[in-house]
Amino acid sequence: MSDTAAPSTVTPGAWGAFMRRAARHPSFVIGGTLTLLLVGAAILSLFWTPWSPYEMNLAGKLQPPSSTHWLGTDPFGRDVASLLLVGARNSILVGVIAVGIGLGIGGALGLLASARRGWVEEVIMRLADFTFAFPAILSAIMMTAVFGAGIVNSIIAIGIFNIPTFARVTRASANAIASRDFILAARACGKGPWRITVEHVVPNIASVLIVQATIQFAIAILAEAALSYLGLGTQPPQPSWGRMLSEAQTLLFQSPMLAVYPGVAIALAVLGLNLLGDGLRDLLDPRLTRKR
Amino acid sequence: MSDDTLLLEATDLRLRLHTHAGAVDAVRGVSFRLRRGETLGLVGESGCGKSLTAMTLMGLQPEGATVSGSLRFHGEELIGQSEARWCALRGDRIGMVFQEPMSALNPVHTIGHQVAEPLRLHRGLSAAAARKEAVALLDRVGIADASRRYDAWPHQFSGGQRQRITIAMALACGPDLLIADEPTTALDVTIAGQILQLIRELVRERSMGLILISHDLGVIAQNVSRMMVMYGGLVVESGPTREVFTRRAHPYTQGLFGSRPQLGTAAHPGGGRRARLAAIPGNVPELSHLPPGCPFAGRCPVAGPTCEEQMPADIRIEPDHHARCIRLEAAA
Repeated sequence: MSDTAAPSTVTPGAWGAFMRRAARHPSFVIGGTLTLLLVGAAILSLFWTPWSPYEMNLAGKLQPPSSTHWLGTDPFGRDVASLLLVGARNSILVGVIAVGIGLGIGGALGLLASARRGWVEEVIMRLADFTFAFPAILSAIMMTAVFGAGIVNSIIAIGIFNIPTFARVTRASANAIASRDFILAARACGKGPWRITVEHVVPNIASVLIVQATIQFAIAILAEAALSYLGLGTQPPQPSWGRMLSEAQTLLFQSPMLAVYPGVAIALAVLGLNLLGDGLRDLLDPRLTRKR
Repeated sequence: MSDDTLLLEATDLRLRLHTHAGAVDAVRGVSFRLRRGETLGLVGESGCGKSLTAMTLMGLQPEGATVSGSLRFHGEELIGQSEARWCALRGDRIGMVFQEPMSALNPVHTIGHQVAEPLRLHRGLSAAAARKEAVALLDRVGIADASRRYDAWPHQFSGGQRQRITIAMALACGPDLLIADEPTTALDVTIAGQILQLIRELVRERSMGLILISHDLGVIAQNVSRMMVMYGGLVVESGPTREVFTRRAHPYTQGLFGSRPQLGTAAHPGGGRRARLAAIPGNVPELSHLPPGCPFAGRCPVAGPTCEEQMPADIRIEPDHHARCIRLEAAA
């Protein structure tokens, strides 16, 4: 199982074998391509966009697609293609930070719960259950309403609601590893709980966490789009797919394509990340490795 | 072979588990003394408490279990010691080899890394120095081409080789005591013989103390000088291996011997070549439902009416040979 369970530490031969299997896995290939497109668009927008996404030109508003404006212009005369590219950067920023908060804090809490057991585990897990009882979007709306709308607050709100998910997944997989013989062998070598967690538990659950991270990334992008659509997330003039949707809403019958572009972008990004997560789950699962 | 330093002394060691069904005494008063270079075997069927005894000797008893009695290692009382002190001893002064070599190695670390770990942890060796020693250890336990295979992964080795690697891990820091819990149960017979020979050689070379746990009387006979027979968490017979093998003072010991297949000789008198194996009737009693008296009474062919009621005393048969049976009490 080691040849796939920890891609970061595998030998070159095993890495090659992993890539060969990956290339034959349809959802990994499609998901990976869509995710690469998303990341590529975001990186491209840092250096170049066809037009400035902030430059308004009311004389040239609501233009249809043309060779100068590939996807046309919005009600303020901004270039839609440029807005989409910069919006990708915004989505990735939200995803990375929100997943980072969830994975960092939730993962640490899950490991702590698994390593300490007893009342520590009970308290952490009941808190996670408690947080789960609230609909995430509703809570995010409440938080941004209290602390103010804006990209930073919405990222933090989405990140906080990633914490219980990661805490649960981490604890469950860490507990499964803790009952394995090599953990007992490590204890018999005189390793304390902290070392065992870092050296033996974390590398063995990394694949599970990677898969969970891609799925949470997709959820974070959706949540940010929803918050921005409601006007609680990204604030003008910073472009965001969710805000593009809400601005297009009033013109839905006049120029419907304005809503279609960001909608398709969101759908493809989320679909790509979910497919990537599914593919990684199959490819990183040692039991499935043997059957293939 | 053995020198006079007393290595490990257990006195009335007990382990109580707290289960949903109430408190269960899984180990009920194990006492023994072990010097450097001495070998001690622990034999009994599944569930008799031999593995739990081994875990208690490592301070790795299940969480929430209560240990009482005394356990002295080099004169230092270990019962009630802090976890930090235990961590310092485990893997450094006391090594342990487990039953399942296939799962005792972490699949995401190279075998060399795992053998070098105890050296880095307890000795504070640099990566390079630990590597050098680990290669020497792997070479000693019979991993061919050790310096190259240092960077190989556990799944690239067979069961026997993996058991050699776990032995190298256990012996990395040169412990004074090695505890081997059924080290060959999961291996082929031929491989098992090689592994046991390796353990014997290493124990002699380093004049370690060895506690070998097995359900296999053949393994016990060939590898240890003294043995304890356990049943229902109780040591029912203990003494020099040769004497226990010839005398078989306790009815349970007799039952264990009777249930072994033997080539050439008749399994029991009058049996002939086609003799059936004499199985011990009945099942191992649940530890939570042990009688107040002898735990074996329910299955004992010679049990009397008082056996279940009163715990038989530990009777001295020879200066170093003891057994717990009411019939010996009567004879004494």
